[in-house]
Amino acid sequence: MLPIGHYLFLSLALFIIGVLGVVTRRNVIVVLMSIELILNAVNINLVAFSRLYGDVDGQVFALFIIADAAAEAAVGLGIIIAFFRNRETVLADEMDLLKW
Amino acid sequence: MTPTGYFLDHLWLIPLFPLATAALMLFFGRRLPKVGVSILCVGSVGLSFIYAVGAVFQLLATEPEHRVAQQILFEWLTPGPMQMTGGQAIPFVADWGFLLDPLSCVMVLVVTGVGFLIHVYSVGYMAHEGGYYRFFGYMNLFMFAMLTLVLANNMLLMFVGWEGVGLCSYLLIGFYFLKKSASDAGKKAFIVNRIGDAGFILGILLTAVTLGTIRFTSQGLSGAEGAVGILQALKAAVDTHALAYGTPVLTSIALLLFVGAVGKSAQIPLYVWLPDAMEGPTPVSALIHAATMVTAGVYMVARMNAIYQLAPFAMNVVAVVGVVTAIFAASMALVQNDIKKVLAYSTISQLGYMFLALGVGAFAAGVFHLMTHAFFKALLFLGAGSVIHAMSGEQDLQKMGGLWSKIPITAKTFAVATLAIAGIFPLAGFFSKDEILGHAFEKNPALWLVGFVTAGMTAFYMFRLLFLAFFGYSRADEQVEKHIHESPPTMTIPLMMLAGLSLVGGWIGWPLSLGGDARFEKFLEPVLSGVVAETGAEKIGQHGLAIEYILMLASLSIAGAGIWLAYHFYRTKRIAPELVAGKWPKLYQLLLHKYYVDEIYDAAIVERTKDLGNLLGRFDANVIDGVGVNGAGWLARSGSTLSMWWDKWIIDGLLNFSAKLMQLLSYPVRLLQTGMFSSYAMLILVGLVVLLAYYGHHVQVLLRSVR
Repeated sequence: MLPIGHYLFLSLALFIIGVLGVVTRRNVIVVLMSIELILNAVNINLVAFSRLYGDVDGQVFALFIIADAAAEAAVGLGIIIAFFRNRETVLADEMDLLKW
Repeated sequence: MTPTGYFLDHLWLIPLFPLATAALMLFFGRRLPKVGVSILCVGSVGLSFIYAVGAVFQLLATEPEHRVAQQILFEWLTPGPMQMTGGQAIPFVADWGFLLDPLSCVMVLVVTGVGFLIHVYSVGYMAHEGGYYRFFGYMNLFMFAMLTLVLANNMLLMFVGWEGVGLCSYLLIGFYFLKKSASDAGKKAFIVNRIGDAGFILGILLTAVTLGTIRFTSQGLSGAEGAVGILQALKAAVDTHALAYGTPVLTSIALLLFVGAVGKSAQIPLYVWLPDAMEGPTPVSALIHAATMVTAGVYMVARMNAIYQLAPFAMNVVAVVGVVTAIFAASMALVQNDIKKVLAYSTISQLGYMFLALGVGAFAAGVFHLMTHAFFKALLFLGAGSVIHAMSGEQDLQKMGGLWSKIPITAKTFAVATLAIAGIFPLAGFFSKDEILGHAFEKNPALWLVGFVTAGMTAFYMFRLLFLAFFGYSRADEQVEKHIHESPPTMTIPLMMLAGLSLVGGWIGWPLSLGGDARFEKFLEPVLSGVVAETGAEKIGQHGLAIEYILMLASLSIAGAGIWLAYHFYRTKRIAPELVAGKWPKLYQLLLHKYYVDEIYDAAIVERTKDLGNLLGRFDANVIDGVGVNGAGWLARSGSTLSMWWDKWIIDGLLNFSAKLMQLLSYPVRLLQTGMFSSYAMLILVGLVVLLAYYGHHVQVLLRSVR
């Protein structure tokens, strides 16, 4: 069995890729995808520790997060479509309505 | 025994009757029918006359030295402390009270009697005039004021009446107020009288502080009321030698009071208002400006005779002013062409006679002439009114003539009055004028001479008037000529009654020298004897019979000469007046223009007063408005500008400054808020990293515990 550090490293790598994606990418769809990466990094973390301690709570959490991610994707894509219909863009730097 | 009786107890009703109807007329007269107005207004004066006659008879019932009835209705000015010139403080009282003594008897009978006849006459004269009720309202108000004046028991109440008659005079002169000349004449009368009134009121005040009282006499008052009168105070002061014959303060009082009399009785230099006062309706001229009001000054001086008798200098002033006025006014009457103007100057001249009498100490003669003058001058004015009425309003003597047979009653009564004023025996004017001239001769032959010449002038101008108006051929326009008619009985009956009075009115003072008993003088003596035995009226009547007869003959002959001259001037035309006027054109112009006195007064006083008014107006416009009002405005505006500046730059400036500061300070913060969620996410990340870095060891501890 692989030691926990590998999993954690993978999880960390995924997390950083996701965060960088969220922070740097202009396309909101990519940002949304990056958020999926972050969530999955967390899932790997949870599942890894769950196996390490023989405790299923972590796996249950992981299942919840997957459901949550699905919901989030649905809502997020819905927002994006609505936004696109209004502004004909999906670029994050044009989404400046928060500063009004 | 003090006089009592119903009428004496109701003295206060005498002025009240006319007051009541005056108030009624002035408040509700418009709604009353003319008949009602006539009955009420004439009736109230008639009632006053009845009450006056009743009161006089009840007064006559007592012996001469007790003939004083005094009645105090109420205290008007309640006793207040007043400091006299001597330094002592005394309570000063003025009451609303009435006094009936022989002097006020004469006045009240003349005022109500002649006033009643004139009221009756007015019913006919004013019948076709607008403002009928207003006319009678004013006339009755005048009667009230005049009766208050003559019945007042103190100087202040007398002054109330004095001002009241002045007011009514003003209202009635300006009765035709749409006519500019009438309203101007009213104003002139009022303003000129004001000068005299100022003197009168100063005289009252000086009397008050000198004698401590303004009540004429305490006689007739019960002891409980206890106040002294002027007469008693004067007597006490003379007895204690506080005041004496010729004391300056008494002269000052006498002169100040005389200023008032000069204004009211139209003497030089304040006579100018009386000729202009002829703008009023003719009954007004008869009642106010001939028979009653203008004699108020004579009455007042006679009333204050005790003071005058102690002020010889003032007496001389009165005599000289009187006699100069007499001849001065008579000379102007010689050439006037307006029938009423001739009578107006004649009135001034006759008033001058009265003052001459007062000035030489013949108070009784002055009052006597006042009474007879009231009869014949009222008659002359009413006759003139009847002529004007017949001539459709024409007043110019040049356009009259030949009226003798057309208006016979008016003409005959007018002739009686003319004879009376000319001083023909045995009409009223003869006795009174002769008595005055006799006393003047006694005092100073120069005074007599001027009065004597005046008598001739009087006869001349009155007969000139008579001949021009009633004799010769008519010079009237055809239209006017056709309308000439005798006046209605309401006008002619008063004329006839006054003619009767002018005929016999003088007989009451039939002199001793002609076998009479001078009842009038004796009747007045208790009031006019003064407080010091050796001065005043005592000496009078002592000159020889021969001189008296000569004086009488002299005045009769100069009157005859005046008549003869007038006859030849205006009747036979043997002497043409135009030629005489042409011979001395300057003199004629001087007389015709009334010595240019109006012009001189205009230039010297009226225009100067206007200049002063303009000056004050400019002062008002430039200094008060310019500096004061506008300055205050400028100051307020400047202040508000300053305040606005402060508000704008300091108060608002501070606020704006703090706002700007906030804006400036917020600039970097605003840079952070991009509105782009990615940058927010970046910030969250950075924050998280910082937090983790700071609390890193806690995380380490946590992890270690987990492991």
